[in-house]
Amino acid sequence: MEPLIEIRDIWRVYEIGDSQVAALQGVTLEIERGDFVAVMGASGSGKSTLMNLLGCLDRPDRGSYRLGGREVASLGADELAEIRSHEIGFVFQSFNLIPRTSALENVELPLVYGGVPVAEQRERAREALRAVGLGDRAEHLPSQLSGGQQQRVAIARALVNRPSLLLADEPTGNLDSAASLEIMAIFERLNREGGITLIVVTHEPDIAAFARRVITFRDGRVVSDERHAAAAAPREARA
Amino acid sequence: MRLIGMTLRTALRALRRNKMRSGLTMLGVVIGVAAVIAMVSIGEGANQAVKQQIESLGTNLLMVIPGATTSNGVRSGWGGVSTLTVGDSEAIGNEAPAVAGVSHLRRQVVQVVAGSLNWSTVAQGTTPSYAAVRNWPVAEGEFFTDADERGAARVAVLGQTVVDHLFGPGEDPVGAEIRIKDVPFRVIGVLEKKGQTAWGQDQDDVIVIPFRTAERRVIGAGILGTVDMVFATTSSAQELDEATRQITTLLRQRHRIQPGQDDDFTVRNLNDMARASETTSRLMASLLLAVASISLLVGGVGIMNILLVSVTERTREIGIRMAVGAKGRHILLQFLVEAIALSLAGGLAGVLLGIASARLISRLAGWPTLLSAGAMLGSLLFSAAVGVFFGFYPARKAARMDPIAALRYE
Repeated sequence: MEPLIEIRDIWRVYEIGDSQVAALQGVTLEIERGDFVAVMGASGSGKSTLMNLLGCLDRPDRGSYRLGGREVASLGADELAEIRSHEIGFVFQSFNLIPRTSALENVELPLVYGGVPVAEQRERAREALRAVGLGDRAEHLPSQLSGGQQQRVAIARALVNRPSLLLADEPTGNLDSAASLEIMAIFERLNREGGITLIVVTHEPDIAAFARRVITFRDGRVVSDERHAAAAAPREARA
Repeated sequence: MRLIGMTLRTALRALRRNKMRSGLTMLGVVIGVAAVIAMVSIGEGANQAVKQQIESLGTNLLMVIPGATTSNGVRSGWGGVSTLTVGDSEAIGNEAPAVAGVSHLRRQVVQVVAGSLNWSTVAQGTTPSYAAVRNWPVAEGEFFTDADERGAARVAVLGQTVVDHLFGPGEDPVGAEIRIKDVPFRVIGVLEKKGQTAWGQDQDDVIVIPFRTAERRVIGAGILGTVDMVFATTSSAQELDEATRQITTLLRQRHRIQPGQDDDFTVRNLNDMARASETTSRLMASLLLAVASISLLVGGVGIMNILLVSVTERTREIGIRMAVGAKGRHILLQFLVEAIALSLAGGLAGVLLGIASARLISRLAGWPTLLSAGAMLGSLLFSAAVGVFFGFYPARKAARMDPIAALRYE
């Protein structure tokens, strides 16, 4: 079966004043469907740039990016929005829920923009909230929820359009260890049971240990790409 | 559909979140629209009043008065010199083809007595054609006839004001006897109420009697056969200019005025006067409207300013929306809806305030005002347009944001 993600010799160069900074310098990667990948590296190593490209928020300056067999490196802004809407879910370090808007409405947002029939929206949003254990908090505002709960709402929002790819950028960076474990447990379950492809950017080895594959970046290049034995260790640690 | 519902809900929530700011932003449009509504009502009211007053004089009417505005350097006003005669009036009726009807009059201030009451008014001696020429029918009784004129009958037709002063309520003036300068007259009719002229003269304060009766029995003094004024009508407004030309030519011939010499009479076109005053009030109204529109535009600039602030404040929210699949046009629509909601709400409040101001002005200053549905609808549409116009730039700025930069915005 063809890999979900296929990037070949991807370059991304930023111009800062007069100088040019190459955040990604010819990265080539393949990520299989249903894989659970951790991306590690120091800040400035290019891992966030890679996430932006994989998430179709940005376009590479050079190289090819095939998502699900479709070349997306050269698509326009609206087409990228379309792909984000249907193929990709985002989870951010700082949750990024829309303030003063209920959990339910936050989760509905991708459905509204994704053109899901009105009749379906509310039910699907509730279902997604139930799936992350927040069925009883649907009407709460983000400010009325704990950090872990907010991140779970964000996960529900990322999943509600049934994407094939979930991208999480330091999803536990603002959470205490108990909440972090909760979130990672949800990710693991989604990956194992739902078969969703999961890419998590982190610089914490504990978090990376949940993944089956760990890719490490330095100076815009892949410096190591290791495969774990089916994430066995963390599961034992949790038990 | 859901998208529009949600967009509207988001917009209203954003506006509610900052009630004070939204209110102040709207204020510009509120004041602008209120000014437009109030100005248009005053303008329309004035226009209507002038039109009614002028129409009350008669339509398609020409007035010929003796004396010119300048006559050999000597300025003389209404009836300053008695140069017009009954002969002139009859000649206009017979020899000017564009003239459909003609009437002439002499007038004098007289004291009138009826029973125990007396009143000082104007006695107007005129022809039986007067009622038709001035388009001024009798409300009761009848107007005098050619036979009355020929026989110099002592019959009188009263204006409403005179009736009010000489007869008690419920008393029928028709058939009553009155004395004009001690000459007994029989009242044969009462004229319809005509109201004030544009210059504030009460047209109903008048007694109309046959011309010959006036000459012989009431006014007396002066040269027989002179008149104070000649009225001429045409059957259509288009013929007024032609009639003016014909009357001028005819009277210059009759008065033996050499080419190059000034006329010793003046022909006034009431339609021209109406048009002139209409033009004046319309010009005033458009000037006021222009000023009001400017304040509406200033209101629009206020909306744009606040929207730019709002776009910056909500940069992160825009980034989130884009990340979950919002396209540029979704973001554009959202901020446009917000702008339109602001300006339309302002417009609505402005219409209400405008109506209230117009009422207040009309009560306090006593100016006639006329609320115009067109102006209300127009200013609502215009304020929506202001919203679209001034909302577009901030909305486009929001829609063109780079999602990554927006997400990273603190």
